[in-house]
This record gives sequence, C-alpha cells and structure tokens, in this order.
Amino acid sequence: MIQFDAVHKRFPNGTTAVHDLSLEMPEGGVTVLVGSSGCGKTTTLRMVNRMVEPTSGTIRVGGKDVQRQDAAELRRSIGYVIQQSGLFPHRTVLDNIATVPLLLGHGRRRARTRAAELLETVGLTAEAGKRYPHQLSGGQQQRVGVARALAADPPVLLMDEPFGAVDPVVRTQLQDELLRLQKELSKTIVFVTHDIDEAVRLGDRIAIFRTGGHLVQCAPPTELLARPADDFVADFLGAERGLKLLSLKTLADVPQGPASEGGAWTLVLDEARKPLHWTSKDADLPVRPLKDDDSLLSALNESVASPTGLVARVDAAGVLTGVSSRDDVHAHAGLAHTEARTQTGVAA
Amino acid sequence: MTVDWSWISGHTDDLTTLTLSHLQAALTAVLLGLLISLPLAVVAHRVRPLRGFLLGLSNILFTIPSIAVFVLLLPISGLTRTTTVIGLTIYTLVVLLRNTVEGLDSVPARTKEAARAMGTRPLRTLLTVELPLALPVIMAGVRIATVMSISLVSVATYIGDGGLGQLFTDGFQRNYPTPVIVGVLLTLLSAVAADALLVALQYVLTPWKRRRA
Repeated sequence: MIQFDAVHKRFPNGTTAVHDLSLEMPEGGVTVLVGSSGCGKTTTLRMVNRMVEPTSGTIRVGGKDVQRQDAAELRRSIGYVIQQSGLFPHRTVLDNIATVPLLLGHGRRRARTRAAELLETVGLTAEAGKRYPHQLSGGQQQRVGVARALAADPPVLLMDEPFGAVDPVVRTQLQDELLRLQKELSKTIVFVTHDIDEAVRLGDRIAIFRTGGHLVQCAPPTELLARPADDFVADFLGAERGLKLLSLKTLADVPQGPASEGGAWTLVLDEARKPLHWTSKDADLPVRPLKDDDSLLSALNESVASPTGLVARVDAAGVLTGVSSRDDVHAHAGLAHTEARTQTGVAA
Repeated sequence: MTVDWSWISGHTDDLTTLTLSHLQAALTAVLLGLLISLPLAVVAHRVRPLRGFLLGLSNILFTIPSIAVFVLLLPISGLTRTTTVIGLTIYTLVVLLRNTVEGLDSVPARTKEAARAMGTRPLRTLLTVELPLALPVIMAGVRIATVMSISLVSVATYIGDGGLGQLFTDGFQRNYPTPVIVGVLLTLLSAVAADALLVALQYVLTPWKRRRA
C-alpha cells in the first residue's frame, strides 16, 4: 500500500504542484491519477520513488517512510515506466530489461535469463531481445519498458503516461496486455494519464486532480461516473460519462430469448450454430455477436446498429445462445445507473 | 623539383624512426589531453557557472602561437620530448574539452532520467550511460585532435624535436627538396592512417550505431 499523508510540494519557482495531499493507494490495485497538464499528477507519482522530494508531509510504501530510505535502493525496489519508454539506446533490448537485476548485483547470466522470460511475458519474441531499441516500433518499445520495470519483480509499479506516444490501436492492445498482466501479478500500480477513457479502463480507483495540485475526488470508476463530486469532475468525465459507466458493466444479466423474434429479419447460422449475418428478402446485414463478458455499452451499440434492434448472444465458443431485445438492453442500462447511484449512496 | 629515390632507399631506417617518434609525440598528447579534458568536461557539464570559464580558458590557450608555447615552456622542461608533448597537449584541450561537453549535453534527458529512476547512482550513470552515449561526439573530437597533433609535431623542430619535421629543416638547409616531400607525405599518411584507426575503433565501440531500423 502507498500512503500519502498531508503531502505538499512547492517548487523553488514558487508554484505549488501538490497541495495538502492525503491519499491511499491500495495494495494490488491500479490507482490512476488523472487531470489536465500541470495538475500535479506526475509530481505525485515521482514523489513515490523520490525522483521529486516533497516539501512537507510523508509518503509511505509498504508502511515505510520513503524519506528514510536510500533513494537509489528505494528506486530499485519500485518499477518505473516512463513516457516514450526511456530505453537506453546503446543497450540491447535484453540488457535494457536486465538493468535493475544487474544493479542489484544478480549475475549477468541470471539477469539475462530473467530478461528473456520477461520478453515472453510482455509478448515479444526472443529475437527482439538481441535488437537495439531504435529497431523496434513504438508499441514494442513500450512493452520493453514494462518488462524492464518488472525485471526485479517489484511490488510497486509507477507508470507515467506509458502509452501516451503510441497510436490508439496499439494503445488499446497495450492496455489489454497490462490488464492481463495485472490479473496474474497483482502489483500495486500508480498510473498517470490525461486520458479519462484510459483511466476508466485501467483503474481500480481513479484520483482526479485539479490545477494547483488539489485532489478533487478519488473513487472507483463506477462511483466516480455515477456520482461525480462536483462540476469540475463531471466536466472532466465528459458528456458521455453515462455511457462510460456502461462500458464497465457486462451484459451477463440481460435476459435473452429465442432467436425467432427478428420480424422481417432472420439470423443466419452456420452448421455449428454460430451467427453469420442478418438476412431479409431484400438484403444481408452483418451481425456482431456478443459474449456475456462483453460490456453493456457494446450491447447498447449493437441494439442500435443491428437492423432488428436485437443483440445476438453467443457463448465462449461463439455458438448462439439467444437474443436480447433493445428494450431489455435499455432497461438494464438504466438499472446499472440506478444501482451505481444507490450503492455509492450507501457507501457515502 | 624532383624526388631523389636513392636518398629514400638509403634512409628507410631513419624515416621509420622519425615517423614512429612523430606519432608517439602526437598520440601521447591526445591521450594526455583526453585524461585532462574528461574530468574537466564532466565538471563543466555539471557545474554551469564553470562551463564558460573552462571552455573560455581552453580557447585562450588555443590562440597562443605554437612556437611561443614551446619557447615559454623551455625554462620549465627544456629542450626535451616533454616540452613537445606538453605543448601539443595544450592544443588538444580546446577540441577535446568542447566535444566532450557537447557529447555529454547530447545525451537525452529522458535516458538519464530513466537511469536515475531505475536506481543507478550518478557515477555509474556517467560511466555506463552518459559517456557511452557521448562517445560519437567525443570521438569526433579525438579524430580532429589527433590529425591536428600529427600536423603540429613538426613545429617542435625549433626545440630540436619535431619527428618528421626534422626532414623539413634538413631539406631547407641543404636546398634539397626530397626530404621535405617525403616528410610531407609521411605526415599526411600518418594522419590518414591514425584517423582510419580511430574510425574503426569507434565502429567497434558503438555497436548500436551500426544497425539501422
């Protein structure tokens, strides 16, 4: 667990980057710090491994005051992923990943073996290990950055806009990978971004900062979307925050019926009963079948986009299980909101 | 102006000795220059107020005419090889110091930041991150300093040293062009060979620069 207690940071030029911050970042969870530039989110992150020293207040990692530890040793015990990877251009990918194990005095061979394992963990080939960073794509470099941060198996990972410099498609892939890794590794992650969608996707808790280093609200994404603390938070979450909430809910509970309710449209299946497309006497239209763990938002989208207003539901193997009506999807979307409001109402 | 081939074949041993002595003076000066400018450059790079002072000082030293340097050194180190090497070293400083500072400046801030954030201490960062990344710019300086020193050794003929430079005085005094031409060619050849070796050395030392994306 990372605890900020009355932390204040004023830079020598007089600007206050972080104002009286008290915040707990739970063990094994992803805490996302969001806010526009200059709101103190990166300064907050950098105070955890003493890249920036607080003016006053204490920061504890795993119960220990970071100020009382040797800065270099502290940093070796905390993984750090920097914007645009920050890889060492003169070292091979493998040696980049081996950086911290080597600093810790593990032998070169052991460090390289560990690095090779991590290459695989982050989805890169062994061949990529022999290359230099400039020979990789931006997305691959970012994966190496994550592998480097994980090399000494630190309990805490600091990620400073790690996916900011890659294109949206690659960013989504990297986010998926991070979520997959986090399921296995359960690190305590502090993640800085200015992209609220990224925050909602990745965060177990989201802390929203306002210019001047004020923490406005820190809550799980559902609570944040359902009950923003003030207009600033509501504006930051955007006009579609109601839809964002639906992106966090699955459609598992939406009732489904037999596939015969399509009116003029019929759902065409293959021999294995997997949906192929909608058909009528005039035309064929594509179908995008959804699984139980797909989001309520994608169901809403499909209920609007499909010609019948029906959402085709399939099991994990892609075999049709039934269809859900537009009304049922909408009713559930409304229910999700009511639930989120009342749950947080109780919590508050 | 004709070349007397028989003179050359009669003096191969002398020519070899002179060339080696010439190269020894020049290369010693470059090595000493590197030993002096590396720590100074690190200081100039880290301590901003000293930067202008150190670079300015090396510039001023560079503007002293070479003959004057040797003459000024005479009371201290006399008519010796030491005087030659000290004089040459002073001239290498301006290039080596400036290039090393610029090389260190060229290391991306993000890379240094990453090294610090991984828990690398400053000295180790300097040795394993900053200097290797500054190497191409430092080597550019070393190449200039080497070629410059090789051409400058001849001036030390005035204090009785000067390597291949002795061929020039010999030729002038006897109004006999062969040693002069041979001296010029050997100086040129030495410079080209030394430069080629440095290029090869840099190639070996910077494997990451070889492979393109």
